[in-house]
Parts: sequence; C-alpha cells; structure tokens
Amino acid sequence: MMHCYLMSSRRSFIRKAIGFTAISVGASILTDAHPIDAFIPAPIPKQKVLLTINGKQMELMVDIRSTVLDLLREQLGMTGTKKGCAMGDCGACMIHVNGNRTNACLTLAVYNDGNKITTIEGLSKADALHPMQAAFLKHDSFQCGYCTSGQIMSAVACLKEGKATNRDAIKEYMKRNICRCGSYQNIVDAIEEVKKSGAAI
Amino acid sequence: MNTFLYNFQLPDERVDGLDKVTGKARYTAEHQIPNMAYAVFICSTITKGSVKKIDTTNALNIPGALDVLHHENCPAVPGYKPSAFPDLKNVGEWRGMKVFADNKIRFNGQPIALAIAETIESANEVAKMVEIEYEAEPHETDFHALRKEPSKLKNGSSYTRGKSQAYKEAPFYVEAEYNVPIEVHNPMEMHATIAHWETTDSILLYDKTQGPKATQSAVARLFGLPDKNVRIIAENVGGAFGSALRSWPNVPAAVIAAKKINRPVKLVLTRPQMFTLVGYRPQAWQKLGVGADANGNLLGITHHAISNTSRYEDFREGIVDASKFLYRCENVDTDYKLLPLDLSTPTWMRGPGEATGCFALECSLDDLAFKLKMDPIEFRIKNFTEIQQETKLPWSAINIKDCYQKGAELIGWKNRKPTPMSLKDKDWYVGYGMGVGVFGAGRGTSTVRAVLHADGKLLLESAVSDMGSGTATAMVKVASNAMKLPEDKIKFVMGDSDLPPGPMQGGSTTTSTLGSGVHLVCESLKDLLKDLAIESTDAFKTIAKDKITVENNRVFITDNSSVAVSVRELLDKKKVPSIEIIKTSPGLNTREIQKATNSFSVHFVKVHVHSKTGEVQLKHVVTTGDAGKIISPQTARSQMLGGAVGGIGMALTEEVKIDHATGKISNASLGSYIVPRHTMIPHIDVWFTDKPDPYINAIGAKGLGEIAIIGFAAAVSNAVFNATGKRVRDLPITKEKILTAKA
Repeated sequence: MMHCYLMSSRRSFIRKAIGFTAISVGASILTDAHPIDAFIPAPIPKQKVLLTINGKQMELMVDIRSTVLDLLREQLGMTGTKKGCAMGDCGACMIHVNGNRTNACLTLAVYNDGNKITTIEGLSKADALHPMQAAFLKHDSFQCGYCTSGQIMSAVACLKEGKATNRDAIKEYMKRNICRCGSYQNIVDAIEEVKKSGAAI
Repeated sequence: MNTFLYNFQLPDERVDGLDKVTGKARYTAEHQIPNMAYAVFICSTITKGSVKKIDTTNALNIPGALDVLHHENCPAVPGYKPSAFPDLKNVGEWRGMKVFADNKIRFNGQPIALAIAETIESANEVAKMVEIEYEAEPHETDFHALRKEPSKLKNGSSYTRGKSQAYKEAPFYVEAEYNVPIEVHNPMEMHATIAHWETTDSILLYDKTQGPKATQSAVARLFGLPDKNVRIIAENVGGAFGSALRSWPNVPAAVIAAKKINRPVKLVLTRPQMFTLVGYRPQAWQKLGVGADANGNLLGITHHAISNTSRYEDFREGIVDASKFLYRCENVDTDYKLLPLDLSTPTWMRGPGEATGCFALECSLDDLAFKLKMDPIEFRIKNFTEIQQETKLPWSAINIKDCYQKGAELIGWKNRKPTPMSLKDKDWYVGYGMGVGVFGAGRGTSTVRAVLHADGKLLLESAVSDMGSGTATAMVKVASNAMKLPEDKIKFVMGDSDLPPGPMQGGSTTTSTLGSGVHLVCESLKDLLKDLAIESTDAFKTIAKDKITVENNRVFITDNSSVAVSVRELLDKKKVPSIEIIKTSPGLNTREIQKATNSFSVHFVKVHVHSKTGEVQLKHVVTTGDAGKIISPQTARSQMLGGAVGGIGMALTEEVKIDHATGKISNASLGSYIVPRHTMIPHIDVWFTDKPDPYINAIGAKGLGEIAIIGFAAAVSNAVFNATGKRVRDLPITKEKILTAKA
C-alpha cells in the first residue's frame, strides 16, 4: 500500500520521509463542541512534478498520495478520464503515458515526473475529431458514455501497436476495457473501420 | 386506435454523442463547487450486531481531516423521525436504511461512519484510521440453507386459475428447480452525490439518479423542506440498470455531512461499495412444473418462487408473473415468498423479476418440448394466445410470431438437430437454443415545455435523466416528426429537477411516457401556430384550423401551400422573441382501452460446448423485439445489443459469492465478479417487428430496455442442452456445472 506505516510512528514517518514539519493539532479543537471554522488544516505532503499533459507542460505540486487519475479529475478538472473501479479492473481510466496505454488509477502522479500524458481531451485536434472518436460516434459504440474515453484510448493504442489485425485480435487487446451497457460489437466495428480506412492516428 | 405517419431512417448519431466521445459529458462526481470537501464511507466489517465504540482521534489528526460523521454525532434528521418535527410540513419518513441513525449493523459493508477531508486522498486516509469496536451477533446469509425452513419465510402471495398442480395429471410433464444467484448492476459510473446547502433551507444536489423529480421529493421530505428548495442535477448518468431508481444511503449521508460541516460535500462510492449499497438482483429459488397433452397443448403450469430480501425492508418483484399470462393455459398456480437475510435490500435490476422467472419458465418449456419431441418454437406457437391469460384482455398488439420466424431464419434454426450431441465441430458440440421474454409496457404522466424561437429553433425540456438508452435522441426524433422540423433545429434539455416534471427512467416506459409528452406539446404548439396565423394574417382569417398545416416552421393552407406564413413572421407580428407552451400528457388507462399492454422478445443463440472441458462459447446471437414502433433505430438497436450482453453475463458468469462464515461478499470487484468483456461477445443480430402499437400512445412505441435481457439466459441454457444433453438450471452456467450435470 502506498502509505502503510504504524499508527504510533505516523508523524515521525512523515517527517522523515517527506521532510515537512507536521503542525501539532490538539485533539481538543477537533471535538464537536468546537465550530468547524476553528480548525486549521495541517499541511498535506506534496512534491513537485513536471508533466506534459496533452502537449502542455505543467509544473505541479502534487499530493504524494494522488494517482494520476485523481490528479486529472480532482485537481486539474480534466474529467474526461473516468474512474470506474480504481483497481485497474475496468479500463475506464485508460490514458497514454509516453505513448503506452496505462491505467491512470494505478500510477501515482509523483512516479510520472517528466512523462508525457495524453488523455481523451488531447485526442482531437482543434475542432476536428480524432478518426477513432468519429468512428465511435458513427457506430454508436457507447450508450451511457462512461467507459467511452477509456475504450477510445485503448482503441487508439490498439491500432498504434499494430494489434488490430482481425476482430478476434481487437477483442483480445480491448478486453481490459469493460462496457457495462454492452456496446462491444459497435466498438469493434468502429476500430475495424478506422483500421481499414488507413487514417493517420 | 391511432394512425402513424412516422418515418425514421438510419444511421443517426446520438445528440449527446459528441460530448461523450470527446470526454466533455459531465457525470455526477465531475462537478466542482468551490470549497468542496470530500467524503468516504467507512463500512462495517461484521454482518450483524452493533457498534460499541468509534475512536476518531487518530483519524482526525490526519492532515486535511475535517470530520468523521457517525451515529453519535449525527445531527437530528427530520425524515429519520418525522414525529419529532411536527412543525415541518413536508417532512416524510426516509425509505430504506437511515444511515447514521443508530449503532445497529444490519449487513456486512453497512456505512457506519463518513470520513470527511479536504481532498480525496486525505479522506481515504481518514477512513482507514477510524477505529471501530463491534459487538457481533450471529448472522444469517445462507439462502440455500434457510429457504428450506418455512418459519424463515414471509409475505407469501399465491394465485390459482383453474386447478392447482394440474401439470401432474398431464400425459407429459416436467418439473424442476432453478436457481438464480445475486447479480449486481455495476454500472461503470459509481454512485455519487455532491450536496451543497446554498442557504440554510435550500439544497443543490448533483446525484446519480434515474429520476431527478423522485430524488428531489425524497430529499425535500428528509429535511422537511418544500420541493422547490431542493434542486437535483443529473446531467449524464453513467449507466444504472435500475440501481439509481431510488436514493441510497449516499444521498442522506452527503446532505447531512454538508449541513454539519457547512461546506459542499462530494461522496463517491467505491467499487466494492457498489456491491452492497445500491441494490442487486435478489437471489431466487424457483420450482416449475409444466404439463401438456400429446399434441403439445399446455394443461398446467405451477410456478413457486422464493427470493431474498433484507431484514429491514421487503423487496418483491414479478418472478412468477409471466407464467400467469404469457401462454394459453387454463390451469395455473403460483406461489411467491420472501426470505429475509442479513444483507442489504435488493432492488430492480434490468428485467426485474421476469428475467429470473422467464429463465425458469423458458427452460421448462424447452424440456417439455424435448419430451414431446416437438420443436421448441412450434411448441410455443401451439400455445400462442392473443388474450393475456391472467386478465383475459386482448393484447393491444402482439407480433411475437414474426419474431419466431425472423429469428429462426437469422440464426439458421433449420440446422438445429432435435437430438443433443448430434452436431459437432471438431471437439465442440454445437447447439441452438431460444427463449422468450415479456415485460409490461406502460405509459405514465409527463410534462414537457416547448419553446419555439423566431430563428426556428425548438427547445424541449423535461426533468428526466438518461442512463444511456438515448432519451434525448429519441425525443428529438419524436419532435422532428411531429413538427416536420430537421433534427438539428431541436434540442432536448433534461437532467434537472427544476424543469417540468418528467418520469422516472425505469420499467421500460421512458419512450412511451415522455414521447407522449413531447408529441402532445408539439401538437399543441402547431395548434397555437395555426391560431396565431388565423389571428394575425388576413389570408388565414377564414380558413378552418383543420385545413392548415404546420411544417418546418411554416404555416400554410393545406390545399394551397403557396399561402404561407413563417414562424418568424408570426412572432414578429406578435412582437415576441419566442413562444412557450407546457403540456402534461396523462398516463395510460388500461381500463379505458380494455387491452393488455406488453412488449415481447425472442432471443436465439448458437453455442459451442467443448466435449471435454465443458467450456461454453457463444458463436452467434440473434435478438428480436416486438416493442411497437421503433422511434430511434440506432439507439434501440444498441439497447438490444446491451441486453444481449447483459444476458450473456447472467447466463455464463455473473454471481455474487458470499462467505457465509463472515457474511461478507468475497468477490466485490470487477476483477472477481465477472461481467462480459469484449472476448465473450459473438456476432449479434438485432431485429425488430417495428409495428406500431395502436393503443399504447400516440407514437405507437413500447419499451424495450427490459425485454432485451428477459429470456436470454434461458436461450443459452436451452442451447447448451441442445448441444450436450446436459441441463443446467443454476445460473451462471459454468463448465463445472455442465460436466457434472446429469444427461
């Protein structure tokens, strides 16, 4: 786990590990008798990372516990990348890190210093849809739309990696992405069409 | 009787499609409110008993911790005890578990506290640091052991038509038991609520709900506020399949927390919590007996069922209903009881009741057809009826015979051999199976506002939400046809309780209910435009209204279209930028029409079953629907595809496993509760009868969300039987069960 330490030595651990001085918060002011505005939040352990997200360089102070997924969604307001399980089971959070498809929920932001990240928001250029987005739209490859970003990011990676050799190979590559609405057939139709069109991806 | 002029063409993109493929579509948890805090449920690790002590000292020392809400510090909630708040007019008792109201543990995974912090990271850490002492009591979760004890069962309901247990006297009969495990909706978007007290007595709530108006009412009653003081926004719903038909503990928890800390609070469930906190398809045991004469005429059906509920609420569904009315049979008896367990409350999951019941009924009919040496389709056609057998009312429309014929043709039914193990492809036995689904087709009340602008753009509004079936897309098509207006000029706005009251999206009724509302408001709008033309334009002064036509924002005399006036001209004359009209379309009165209203489906599958390992591979699926006029062909097709995929999960993989020693679900993740993935899906053909139902509503459309899955699991079991001679009556159909089943 990312922060498994003994409760008794928690503070000393934090001090040692990330070099910040924890403000000692007296338990008394946290009880119910006190209004909440009396509470001064203690600093949260943060670290600087340099990320290139959709071509834009960003220097960010991030909570060391933040996954890339939570960084995108909660801190940067980039909610196109979805959280479906936070365990790497569903594929809704699929992004490209240095060109490789990656579960954004399984990688901490601080491990990505210097990395190039592409999300669904970075796929279309100006007003033009990426060919995969256009194909998903045409083939009705989604219903609720919640898994769609992840499916599209995987689909683009499938083509880029040369894995879309036939329908079975596409399915094999895409099986990391769940669609509970069951639009699988339409998703494979879309990928096959982009593959056959020879469009630049 | 209604006549129909609708004409729809393929292909058509969803109106919300562009937002969904670009990641711009916003779901509940994706809204941001300044100063918002994050909350995480802390859930019980025991199954029954009480919380003895909660120690939050260490938890509150976590940097960023704000509060830990639990039963000892939970503020008084009017809806938890309405009698204590006599001054509040709109207070009403909260339905379901009253989270944080007491220290009782009713199921494993019950929320007992809420960690609140500045960030999601801190909230997760606070949750881990809360120390809880329990006092455990013995629990009961083992459905199979307990259903055999009559004293444990409650609330039986039974039905008899003709003679009870008549099947046993028939020359040919089969009887068998069936089991359906707990299945979980698991929409991809997890349930979430953002609560914001905008003033001391008004709440803004972003919530994952299939019914913004219902959630508004529930939350208003919880705090004894007028409905108008509560606003629910559900812009996009990332799937639900029934899980968002009611408000679960996350709703009161977020609202209470926001009140307590005086800040907006975001509460998102985790995937494991999705297994325990937002309902599930109940576990069910069934016993079916079906008898017929030598010619295949049904002589008796007996259907008994028991399904589980929680200790604190009764949940019933229509498990035995289809057996009462679908096939021609004079002697039918049913019995349905509940078994309360120490689990959370089940709820409606796609095809509720019927999906469970039709699995048993349609497998039984397949077994009986085999015994009679009849083709299963022929057997069903033999017992086809145009009269709903329970009410004895004729169906408003039933074209299921077309489904049998077309489906059989598409799947290649002629290649099916009646004797199992007759067809082989290398090491794989080949089998064909079919199953029928039926569900009620209703029409509720809906209110729609239409605003027609001088530039010709039409805005339609109603407070529904859409979980993915394509409501806005279908409604734009209804309006486009009514107004003879291009679809790109029409916008349908929803997902906000401030809009005119729309229906709950559930029970396969949205298109019928809301489509009727859109149709009505458009017809009224045309009427208004005709009035305006007559009132303000000389050429129309003496023309009767029924001689005037409105098309594509032009009002003209039907027999002489050169005498015309545009909407812009009419509005200019009236000196208004737009005209607005609100109409309420009433619900269906089945007594008035004296018809039974249902949608029907027939599913066909071709399977390969490995002769040694028992592995099942679906090779082809054909799913056919008789659901009236298809309003939006592309989205309707996708819904049928999705139903088939859901049916594949129900048939082959989906099953919640409970460790009865602890009462805990042992596979509460998408890695261990197996839902269908790309590799499990064969080619699926979808076909609709596409014949308008002349009685259900003005647009001729019935629902199809439920029939898309109902009967599917039976088709798979029947195909496996046809392939191997092995009958699996316990879902899911696993290779182990096939290998150990008696031939």
